[in-house]
Amino acid sequence: MDPRVKAVAAPKVLEQSFLEARSKLLDIAAILDRITRGDAAELVHQDVKISRIIEALKILQGSSAHKAEQIQKLFSLPYDANWEIPTPRY
Amino acid sequence: MQYIDPHIHMISRVTDDYHRMAQCGCVAISEPAFWAGFDRGSAEGFRDYFHHLVEVEPKRAALFGIRHFSWLCINAKEAENVSLSRDVIAMIPEFLQRPNVLGIGEIGLNKNTKNEATIFQEHMDLAAKTDELILIHTPHLEDKYKGTRMIVDMLKNDTRVKPHRVCIDHVEEHTVKLALDNGFWCGMTLYPTTKCTPARAVDIIEMVGTEKIMANSAGDWGKSDPLAVPELILEMRRRGHPETAIQKVVFENPLEFFRQSARWQEPFALLNFSK
Repeated sequence: MDPRVKAVAAPKVLEQSFLEARSKLLDIAAILDRITRGDAAELVHQDVKISRIIEALKILQGSSAHKAEQIQKLFSLPYDANWEIPTPRY
Repeated sequence: MQYIDPHIHMISRVTDDYHRMAQCGCVAISEPAFWAGFDRGSAEGFRDYFHHLVEVEPKRAALFGIRHFSWLCINAKEAENVSLSRDVIAMIPEFLQRPNVLGIGEIGLNKNTKNEATIFQEHMDLAAKTDELILIHTPHLEDKYKGTRMIVDMLKNDTRVKPHRVCIDHVEEHTVKLALDNGFWCGMTLYPTTKCTPARAVDIIEMVGTEKIMANSAGDWGKSDPLAVPELILEMRRRGHPETAIQKVVFENPLEFFRQSARWQEPFALLNFSK
């Protein structure tokens, strides 16, 4: 860890980022509204993309300090450790 | 502040971009071979592309005092075609000794298929045989985590691989430690929508530190910003991070990684400074 790049004090981050966070939350709300308003909105309820978005919003409500990483993993395909690794040609 | 953009596709950019990058302090760039936006019909198409990377772009960059370096490979997307890939890999040694070539890249995975993995390994076989640095593309979006795990599996499975001579690119919050904890260099790509924003990249730096990590624009034919690295510099300054830490990420780290290549040449600006 590089002590020169420690995180900014929390109150300052909140002060600097509040309007940006507010704007991005409104964007998400507006996207969900747009989906609800569109024709055939009932079809998206079976779409995994909607449930992923809802799950991501739940992560935001938690107390984890690694929310971005958690959301990245939520939107990731599973990894199988037993996949067939190619053989190097020495 | 002087900086290096370690990953940008200048073949897709206009000359004015070189001008603006130089004005912002860019002294060197490296351009990995990538997907042109369409699948090429033959290996000869790659010969022309490699010629462009080793002949045309270095001259265009030099007009603005920027050193241009390149990496050669067949990209992960076209690697799905194994026969074509083998023809291209067989051609690469013809270009490896050109003065601006840093190594093999950007090899990697796209949709994490068996064919892509086969060709990734065959690129590594070539890099091991010719003792080249390796630059690795990790997949986009939902494929990134799985693909990065598979790439690390292949790197660790090959005893010839020296982690300090490999850079795993396009890392994000969920993959950065896979690279660093296994001793590899890593790159964060500042690219709209599909990769990192400058703010998230600085968050990652605050979490993992400044060792073996760099930042790039990956500017190309998509919506992207060739001045993304200066945006990262501004974001670090805005948060009060010291100039020495910023310089390590945007200049000293890529310099240290690239200097391992036998064909690295110091940026013109450094040569002029020492006179």
